[in-house]
Amino acid sequence: MNDSASLRNRLNPTVRDMPRSGIRDFFDIVTTMKDVISLGIGEPDFDTPWHIRESAIFAMERGVTHYTSNLGYLELRRALAAYVQKNFGAEYNPECEVLITVGVSEALDLALRALLSPGDEVLYHEPCYVSYRATVLLAHGVPIAVPTRAENGFRLTRAMLEERVTPKTKVLMLNFPNNPTGGVMGREDLQDIAAFACERDLIVIADEIYAELTYDTTHTSLVSLPGLRERTIFLHGFSKAWAMTGFRLGYACGPAELIEAMMKIHQYTMLCASSLSQKAALEALARPETDVAEMKTEYRRRRNFIVSAFKEMGVECHRPLGAFYAFPSVARFGLPSKDFALQLLKEEKVAVVPGTAFGECGEGFVRCAYATSMDNIKEAMLRIKRFIHAR
Amino acid sequence: MDELLKILESNALESPESIAQMLGTTAAEIRARIADYEKRGVIRGYQAVLNEDQLDLGKVTAVIEVKVTPQREGGFDTIAQRLSRFPEVRSSYLMSGTYDLLLFVEGRTLREVAAFVSEHLATLEGVLSTSTHFMLKTYKRLGVLMEQESSDERLSISP
Repeated sequence: MNDSASLRNRLNPTVRDMPRSGIRDFFDIVTTMKDVISLGIGEPDFDTPWHIRESAIFAMERGVTHYTSNLGYLELRRALAAYVQKNFGAEYNPECEVLITVGVSEALDLALRALLSPGDEVLYHEPCYVSYRATVLLAHGVPIAVPTRAENGFRLTRAMLEERVTPKTKVLMLNFPNNPTGGVMGREDLQDIAAFACERDLIVIADEIYAELTYDTTHTSLVSLPGLRERTIFLHGFSKAWAMTGFRLGYACGPAELIEAMMKIHQYTMLCASSLSQKAALEALARPETDVAEMKTEYRRRRNFIVSAFKEMGVECHRPLGAFYAFPSVARFGLPSKDFALQLLKEEKVAVVPGTAFGECGEGFVRCAYATSMDNIKEAMLRIKRFIHAR
Repeated sequence: MDELLKILESNALESPESIAQMLGTTAAEIRARIADYEKRGVIRGYQAVLNEDQLDLGKVTAVIEVKVTPQREGGFDTIAQRLSRFPEVRSSYLMSGTYDLLLFVEGRTLREVAAFVSEHLATLEGVLSTSTHFMLKTYKRLGVLMEQESSDERLSISP
């Protein structure tokens, strides 16, 4: 009776009809191959700084193995509020305006579930992080993607948003510095977007997970702009700048009403983020400048190298100003980016991620993460050069 | 510190072409800057960081604390430089605290190091006392861990 078709039919149609992440498909192929150099890894190659790992070990020794408050340790929320005020320019009350989550992914899900009623539209940009569309759909929202373009530095403009906004639009979701493009938005660009959000009375979700990783420019946070703090859920975490992906620790800051709503879902589904990770995060905030600066210097060198190497081989590549991704255009080779990536993988054993994994408008691009050693990058660029010269 | 020096400090074999790409300049410019650093004595040499425990050299390294009387002219420098000229002395430092100079001395055998201490070091005018400690195992040298760190444990593709 319960054959696979009938089980399938019992699934929630939203989940059933949702494609798996394009990254997942590619991952399955890569794992079957040997000696692949991967530029497909969206996480730092650095291990978490030792003093942070050591503090997690110490916490475990002391028996910090219990539930924490739903919002997270107050001590950590205080430290986060201070960090956000200093680096992002907005004040939050650690008692009721900061929520510690299992990575930014959970925070994003909580925010959308807390805000959306069926049919509410969410405006966001593509290319974007792989989960955006799916997370909106799972929250019964309607995802409305706004394509951004390389010639524009993958920035979003007010005009682009005006084209897609409707009376049903409730939320505007932004991620700069951006995964997968490395694009950033300057203060002036953001001011236009802020004015738009205020006029249209939208709630803004600001995913600023890569904020610390900008090169040749400084990060401007949406929450520092006039009128936005009161309508924005600010999301950040420890995965990227501190190389703490496996700790799964993120946080949300926002007006108390919104954080309270997110906390309700969090308390019934997740209860709290890992106590050990929270202790580690507290240590991470002890001297963020030193930890992050070292890794950032290394990323900048690699970014320069990779962009210059693409330029030398005649491949157009927008100069990324943030995160750790280059997003070169491979359109001139006349292959869909998925085929380009597959052939590159088969012929030269270099893994890159097809741009289409990040939205339709990623067609013609591939994502190359430079969160891998300089030796790997050098070898990968040699192989890519050989690959495209054979075309 | 100049980023060029930082790169060379972590890998002196990095080619001028690669460094140029990392720093957004030309290889010729990098070559000229390196030559200038060498000429000024900022860069004093290039060495490989060896894991000697793996080579079974049977070599002995001693760390020696030395108390000295500073000279009327030249202070500690005169005697420290004199000690440093011995090829057996691989590194030497002036220290704060209960002794004055810290020497890293290498020899083929324990006896050879002992002979160096008793014949050359302790007898030197101005040396008041020495305290010799032999090294047993190296865990980290010049910022490099001697045990291989675990390889990349990351998933081969991730969002």
